[in-house]
Amino acid sequence: MRLSKRDELCSGCRSCILVCSMENFLKADPTLAALRIKGHFPVPGKYEVVLCDQCGECEKACPTGAIYADGEAYRVKPEECIACMACIEACPKGAIWFNQALGAPVKCVLCGECVRYCPRQAIVDETGEVKWGGEQAC
Amino acid sequence: MLGGYMGKGLRVNLTSRKSSTFDIPEDWARRFLGGRGFAAKILYDQLDAGTDPLSPENKLVVATGPLSGLFLPGSGKLTFACKSPATGGYADANVGGHLGPEIKYAGYDVIVVEGKAAAPSVLVIEDDRVSIRDGSRYWGLGAIETEKALKDDLGEAFQCAVIGPAGENLVKYACISHDFGRQAGRCGVGAVMGSKNLKAIAVSGTRAIPLAKPKEALEKGKQMYLSCFSKPGFYEWTPYGTAGVTDWVNEVGSFPTKNFYTGYFEHHKQINGQALKERILVTDKGCFGCPIPCGKYSRTRWQGKEVMVEGPEYETIAMLGGNCCLKTIEDVAYANYACDELGLDTISAGNVLAFAMECYEKGLLTREEVGREIRFGDLESVVFLLSEIAARRGVGALLAEGVKVAAERIGQGSERFAIHVKGLEVSGYEPRYAPAMLLAYMTADVGAHHNRAWAITYDVAVGRDSLEGKAEKVIELQHIRPLFDALGLCRLQWVEIGFELHHYGEIFPLVTGIDYGWEDLIRASERIWNLTRLFNIKHIAGFGRKYDSAPPRFLEEPMPSGPVEGKLTGAKSAEQLLDRYYQLRGWSPDGIPTKQTLAELDLIEEGAAY
Repeated sequence: MRLSKRDELCSGCRSCILVCSMENFLKADPTLAALRIKGHFPVPGKYEVVLCDQCGECEKACPTGAIYADGEAYRVKPEECIACMACIEACPKGAIWFNQALGAPVKCVLCGECVRYCPRQAIVDETGEVKWGGEQAC
Repeated sequence: MLGGYMGKGLRVNLTSRKSSTFDIPEDWARRFLGGRGFAAKILYDQLDAGTDPLSPENKLVVATGPLSGLFLPGSGKLTFACKSPATGGYADANVGGHLGPEIKYAGYDVIVVEGKAAAPSVLVIEDDRVSIRDGSRYWGLGAIETEKALKDDLGEAFQCAVIGPAGENLVKYACISHDFGRQAGRCGVGAVMGSKNLKAIAVSGTRAIPLAKPKEALEKGKQMYLSCFSKPGFYEWTPYGTAGVTDWVNEVGSFPTKNFYTGYFEHHKQINGQALKERILVTDKGCFGCPIPCGKYSRTRWQGKEVMVEGPEYETIAMLGGNCCLKTIEDVAYANYACDELGLDTISAGNVLAFAMECYEKGLLTREEVGREIRFGDLESVVFLLSEIAARRGVGALLAEGVKVAAERIGQGSERFAIHVKGLEVSGYEPRYAPAMLLAYMTADVGAHHNRAWAITYDVAVGRDSLEGKAEKVIELQHIRPLFDALGLCRLQWVEIGFELHHYGEIFPLVTGIDYGWEDLIRASERIWNLTRLFNIKHIAGFGRKYDSAPPRFLEEPMPSGPVEGKLTGAKSAEQLLDRYYQLRGWSPDGIPTKQTLAELDLIEEGAAY
């Protein structure tokens, strides 16, 4: 799976954020989501999806090995995190967030649910492996 | 502990500058659900009968619902409620965007704002941390400017509710604004916020909303989104949003035109959804969790000034377009922007402006009184009047009171074309030949607002001459539609793309753990409807049947032009509908709920005083 975004289609509804936190933590809590939507209002009037592209810079920056490659995704072992924030600083996309309650960062693990449930198809899987939910619904 | 609810309310007293929390009783959840239900319960119990709506004794209740902030379609709605400065009765106004969910993430189901700050203030809520801060640097700024400044000062994470100059100056139809273009528009909730010297509420939260059955709620949420994606309306309706209905309302001759003089506007194709999409649209702008964003963010230009505005949506197109006869989508968008920045409800504003223009045409308002010529169809007149009203300057001081009071002061027969019910200006459907819609306006608890029962589609579907089944349909809709406001949801997935109602009955128990199905939710909605009726009886002296009446223009003047030219439902039929309506509701012929009705609805305690 390879996620990419189409900002021009995003309407800022944040369905992606809720499905992300629910799928991965079974909690309705946007601070647990591994992506964000930035609104640029009142001008120029557009949304921006902040999304991890699995570049691996966080893994390189982590001094304890708490971030590791697992297939196509990089994952976090919370118990090995020392909250040094090196990964947060290293991320070129600003797409990894430290969560106080977990005591560790939250990052995308390529579950693909944002692709399935974004009503606007603003997040897509370039490989075609995961498809928008509407394709099966229609 | 119940799921869906945070279990806490936040009470903020601006006079004493103290805040405290209170537990939400489980009985409230079971009987009143949340949102407008909680608001009605709090206001009914806690406001004395003689409370002046613009006094510190009034309360501004900000109420989320048990389904808001969750992964399900349209879960971003929030209610602002108070005693209305426009009607003297119960008021609630609903806003989308992202503030409702944020209030829940901060840990609260409701916020109750009491008292009055000594100086302009901003209420800042970050989870448990509540502060009342100096708001003087924002006072006088437009609503859009204020929200931008607050986000710059506090951070992007904050969701804000703000008022513009109209709210500061206690205009009776000032709104509360959020997310650069969403408004809790109706009933003057912005004036109540202004009367408390409260310029803004800013909220940021980091908590999870508890869920009774998280796995099942997630699976049901997914099913609900997929079902929305499968509807033809998902693809056909979304590109135009509410503006898409403009042509249809003209085709059925119910488009408010020239102060509701008639129901057809010959320029409607220049201000419809297509004109919006092709000429001014910048981006679609959705509320929290919304699969079908009706928000259309646009750009327009007037007299060399380029502005951005969310909209115009249908109501604004009807009230500033048809009703004030603005002939292009660009003009309507600019008038919309002016209202948004000043913090005026576009529905009431369009109605008031058209009333003023008709008064001017008839010589009841003179050039000297107004300060210049004002004409239907002239954007300069519109912008001039809006700024006079927001500042309560000149004729604006009179018009800031709304059409009911303005007509009482102007007199000379102007009451005949002051288009309101209970003191709230009528919204975007001309109902004189649509009996169910007429009854819906007559009986809406907050005054003439379509959102309680959008019954005109039923009139058109089953025949507009018939009264048969109309009262039944209005009551059915008055239970279904406000239910969404109690649950913290948007109704448009159901209204516009045909998303089925049974889904809500199915997800409610998964989220809350309360063993309710759809019928139980409807029963609670009927209970809330009767409670807001009790509020009006308590607060408006002599309240009853005579308050459920339509303006003379709707009852006596046959439609002068358009597709339903010559048609009129008439006063006699309106009275018959009202008789039937009261009978079905279990209310007396004067519109008072009987003891038996209140007992059947488990409102014994609330009804004890009557």
